[in-house]
Amino acid sequence: MLELQDICRSFSGKQVLHDVSLSAERGKLTGFVGGNGAGKTTTMRIILGVLAADSGHMRLDGAELGSQARSRFGYMPSERGLYPKMKVAEQITYLARLHGYSKSEATTRAVDLLTQLGLSERLKDPLEALSLGNQQRVQIAASLVHEPDVLILDEPFSGLDPFAVDLVLNVLTEKAASGAVVLFSSHQLDVVERLCDDLIIIGDGKILAAGDREDLRRRHGTLRYELASDADLSWVQNHSGIRTDEATENRVIFRAEESAAQQLLQDAVQRGPVTRFVPVLPTLSEIFRDFTNDSAPTLPQEATR
Amino acid sequence: MSTATVQEPTASSKTRLSTAAATRLVALREISTQVRSKSFIISTLITVVIIVGGIVATGFFGGGDDEDQIPVVTTGISQDAEQQVEQSGFSLTSADSMQEAEQLLRDGEVEAIITEDQDSPIGVHLIGLDEAPVSAAQQLSVTPTVEVLETDGADSMMRYFAALGFGLIFMFVAMGSGVMIMQNTIQEKQNRIVEILLSAIPARALLAGKILGNSVVALLQALIMGGSAALGLALSGQLAFLQMLSWPMLWFVLFFIPGFVLIASVFAASASLVSRQEDSGSVMTPAMMLVMVPYFVVLIFLDNEFAMTLTSYIPFTAPVSMSVRLFDDAAEWFEPIVSMGLLVLTTALVMALAAKIYSRSLLKMGQRVKLSAAFTSND
Repeated sequence: MLELQDICRSFSGKQVLHDVSLSAERGKLTGFVGGNGAGKTTTMRIILGVLAADSGHMRLDGAELGSQARSRFGYMPSERGLYPKMKVAEQITYLARLHGYSKSEATTRAVDLLTQLGLSERLKDPLEALSLGNQQRVQIAASLVHEPDVLILDEPFSGLDPFAVDLVLNVLTEKAASGAVVLFSSHQLDVVERLCDDLIIIGDGKILAAGDREDLRRRHGTLRYELASDADLSWVQNHSGIRTDEATENRVIFRAEESAAQQLLQDAVQRGPVTRFVPVLPTLSEIFRDFTNDSAPTLPQEATR
Repeated sequence: MSTATVQEPTASSKTRLSTAAATRLVALREISTQVRSKSFIISTLITVVIIVGGIVATGFFGGGDDEDQIPVVTTGISQDAEQQVEQSGFSLTSADSMQEAEQLLRDGEVEAIITEDQDSPIGVHLIGLDEAPVSAAQQLSVTPTVEVLETDGADSMMRYFAALGFGLIFMFVAMGSGVMIMQNTIQEKQNRIVEILLSAIPARALLAGKILGNSVVALLQALIMGGSAALGLALSGQLAFLQMLSWPMLWFVLFFIPGFVLIASVFAASASLVSRQEDSGSVMTPAMMLVMVPYFVVLIFLDNEFAMTLTSYIPFTAPVSMSVRLFDDAAEWFEPIVSMGLLVLTTALVMALAAKIYSRSLLKMGQRVKLSAAFTSND
């Protein structure tokens, strides 16, 4: 498990991270969401040791995070970057060697990985000659070539076509399944919702909420219910203690306290067969909006860009 | 630092690279990408052709000591005179009569006819076809014996060319590689690969590798240039020049290494301050000045002993100025050693400073990083 404890960081006098504490478990996909300038990239760079924290602790599996452990980190920065004129295989081999592999092992790993990603035909082409989607695959290879057991990905899905999104998804799921820590940030909350197990919400340099995705949905946001019946449901709108959000003849979505909802259900059963009654959990975007509205409305400027 | 080995998966030969090993890898990449680039190969070839061609051409047009023997025909001169003529560097044909000789001249087989003439100061008479046989006449001319008093001092022409050569080689190579380092650094920063690199190796290894790699390339270029010059001199038969150059040449190479590392550090640190190629102008100018100064110093102050002595101790100009002074035999034996010491010391200092600036500004994107900000940052 990767843990951060009370990490603070300022840029030229302006504090951008306030006592950030978070944890990402092995075997799980942890999503890291927040608005622009919320501190995601800075946090990730600090985890990677690319930036130093002003204060705070970081641990991996209980041990203080050092450079040895970090050599097993894989990183995909938000703005993708590799050498445009360098040949694909050579490039990945070079990165593998920087991570400490011997020349022959690095070459084998690079070629295997690129082949796995469907780039066997392009090994000797310079990166800039590849299509954007293929460049993205090379970027993935760059973050995976040293067999990392902690993957930190900054906006891995931004600017990807659906095929590439699936490709990245598969890679991340596989990595997590093999017991790696996978922490990724994203603006695309629907993707995060579909994919991640755990969720960390950051706003204005502070952790706003963290935990299991479903748990978060249950605990936060407004609880709503969906009721469907074969009978006409138009009477529901006049029922006391509830507020309908959507209503058609056979289906309503309403907000209510638990007891009022149960009362409504009983009434409905008496009027006809109920085909569906479920609590509707808020979507991540709703929770996210709730949180970010609560936090300071002024977005700090991106200090690291 | 403690390590986390709770879930160490499959064993592999991978270990965290030492800074030295990382530096070596970065340097190798710098060298191989540059040496294999088309622009490098082509510009090197052109340089070689220009240097060799230039020197050979100058030697060919300017010199005259080993021209081909001039073919002449002799007629009616004594054995003694004939021998003398032959020794003066002519290829001789003997003709039995004046008519036969004239025929040879008209056919273009020979350039002149040499006959005896008691009135001539050297006893022979030269006949040309349609113009006076000047070159042949020159060759026959009597020259007084010549001697120079200070034979070990280089002659002024050679001296000038040597100074120019040292200055130009240093400037060209430093400028070329300096710009290369700058572009490389900004490129890495601009396309953010620097983040991936820094997550694998420390910034100082990246900087050191860059400097090392480019210094090797630069030295290689300087050696190619020097080698071409030597080849040119050898081809045009100016070997005496070569012998004279050898000692200062060695010192030049010795000075070149720390001198170049110094320049490279300045370029790398300057480049790390900006994040776009478009912004490179403002940080490149000061570095460029440093590169051009040594050349202009020797160009302007070559005959000003004080200025040359002074600049041969200033680290940025020492590689060129001291080499010129050594070539002139104007320096005491300990002077290059002292100057070298100063240079190495300065280089070490500037490198440390550059490493600080470099590692602190490498991840700051957008606006140009102010030097003061680079120093006060705590990364």
